[in-house]
Amino acid sequence: MTQATSSTQQGPQEQSVAELPPNLGHWRQVWARFRRRKLAFASLMIVLFIYLLGIFAPVIQTHDYQDTNLAKTQQGPEWGGNWLGTDRLGRDIYTRVVWGIQTTVIITITTFITGSLFLGVTMGLVAGYFRGWIDAIIMRIGEVISAFPDILLIILLAATLRPRIVQLARDIEDSTGITGLVSSGIVDYVVIGIALLPLSWFGMMRLVRGQVLALREAEYVEAARAMGTSTPRILFRHILPNVVSPVIVSVSFGIGAIALSEVILSFFGLGVQPPRPSLGVMIGEVTARGGASVSVLRDHPEQLLTPIIVVWLLIFCWNIVGDAMNDVLNPRAR
Amino acid sequence: MLAYILRRLLWTPVLLLLAAFFVFFMGSVAPGDPAELRLGNRATPENIEKLREQMGLNDPLHMRYIRFIGNALQGDLGESYVFQGKKVTALIGPRLLVSLQLNIAAMLIALTVGLPLGFYAAKRQGTKTDPAIVISMLILYAMPVFFTAPFLILFFAVKLHWVPAAGWSGMFSTQVILPALTIGIPGAAIFVRHMRASTLEVIGQEYIRTAHAKGMSGFVVNYRHVARNALLPILTLLGFTLAGVFGGSLIVELIYGIPGVSRLSLDAIFQRDFPVLTAFVLLGSLMLVLANLVIDIAYTIVDPRIRLQ
Repeated sequence: MTQATSSTQQGPQEQSVAELPPNLGHWRQVWARFRRRKLAFASLMIVLFIYLLGIFAPVIQTHDYQDTNLAKTQQGPEWGGNWLGTDRLGRDIYTRVVWGIQTTVIITITTFITGSLFLGVTMGLVAGYFRGWIDAIIMRIGEVISAFPDILLIILLAATLRPRIVQLARDIEDSTGITGLVSSGIVDYVVIGIALLPLSWFGMMRLVRGQVLALREAEYVEAARAMGTSTPRILFRHILPNVVSPVIVSVSFGIGAIALSEVILSFFGLGVQPPRPSLGVMIGEVTARGGASVSVLRDHPEQLLTPIIVVWLLIFCWNIVGDAMNDVLNPRAR
Repeated sequence: MLAYILRRLLWTPVLLLLAAFFVFFMGSVAPGDPAELRLGNRATPENIEKLREQMGLNDPLHMRYIRFIGNALQGDLGESYVFQGKKVTALIGPRLLVSLQLNIAAMLIALTVGLPLGFYAAKRQGTKTDPAIVISMLILYAMPVFFTAPFLILFFAVKLHWVPAAGWSGMFSTQVILPALTIGIPGAAIFVRHMRASTLEVIGQEYIRTAHAKGMSGFVVNYRHVARNALLPILTLLGFTLAGVFGGSLIVELIYGIPGVSRLSLDAIFQRDFPVLTAFVLLGSLMLVLANLVIDIAYTIVDPRIRLQ
């Protein structure tokens, strides 16, 4: 939806590209061009900063994320103590937000690696290169999935699969003696990952397929084929490197959307389960699933705004980065 | 052209059958017994077994599926598990009408704001106006609805008393303004983005230069040549927007207390009311598929250069 060919900064930057020394490698040139876009560069830094907050959540937390303190509930920001205030149960909002970001980081990475990168790219390669019945099957499956209203499909999958997967995890815990599979939240990540899968692979697959359809007719691929190069080698050595650019663009647009989907799922109580914090859980708890949004925003804005601003920044910055990547990597697409 | 439409029309029912089967399958995977749910605390093993037999739950999956499809073709989507004895169509119908009105209002806002703004941004390319519009629209696009909705209510309803805060009384009342804005703002941002991109594309074409060279006034070139051609790709977007009725306004309807499809579909998911859910997904898929088909055909009528294959 957001993958339009558009750019936020055009014109002057492009002319200066020619002045770069020509001996730089492709990716260093791309990086050099990207760095000139100040807004995009700043956005990337903000995103990295937010993700670092999440990754180092155990180190930078000021409290424990499930420590309740009923003597200090719904407090405003206070320097030296709970500097972003406390929620209805007296838990520290700052600590819960950084842990929530960690949840977002984990879910974005796992969904992207399994759905988009692994499934989407390989299926796109296979469908585009071999065409024929395998292409037809993959495309038809994708069409059926994209015929569903996507938010409803995600919610439906999460709601129906969760009990099954939790049961399965408990069985594994019982039979192998491994503990903490359910309580550590791994099960939640699996559920969310599977629920988001239909959304994440098809777009990527179609993109890669389109590229491969054109590339397989390219002369250098034909040459490789004529020389007896094996098919996997052609696919991964000759074709894959040439689809990397559109994949990067699509990933940078998609990450924001994945993060938002997790927030929506957890908002409805279908994603990450308490006590484990997530930005969606925080928004859902504080607004009582939407009903109390107005009074919370009026009376305790920090409780609602802290998680929301993080989500807002993530989506905004990833879109800016995606735009810039699109301009930098596909100069002709404009 | 005709062959293409025919092929699409033949594929559509297959697509819907597969989609319906998928939801059916999910229903059988889901834990919990609808008969037990329905009986509540009157659930004894004998009662459950009797009701299961009555509801046809003991038949194998493919039998239930075939029965469902047979009924669906006659316009009967079954009875709700939760609202006893209520026809699914009777449950969904009025709510769908509400959501439809809300989304149409939102789309009108998105179009009237988004298209001119996107066009203007493209015309101002190279100045500071263009990136300013693009970036501020992106900020609005990224704004989570969890914030937009309560903020609009607080500001326009509670503080300024311009419009009512919540509730629903049809598309032509002031109550529709805030929820429609909430959905329409990110929608407008999407239209700005696409309109800008497609205007830029058209501006670069040679026939635009020719039109200018012929000495046509800037106004005529802008509106007859640039805007008209730039609007074409926007048509495809409308299909997705129309189909967004299911799910697109989920959270907005919750926050504003609008009696649309969102409450019902969420309840159906949590209470495992699978007849309702299947109907939702089926209707949603039907709308999405048909909207895209209509738009594709409309495309060839509006722009004869395009040939479908």
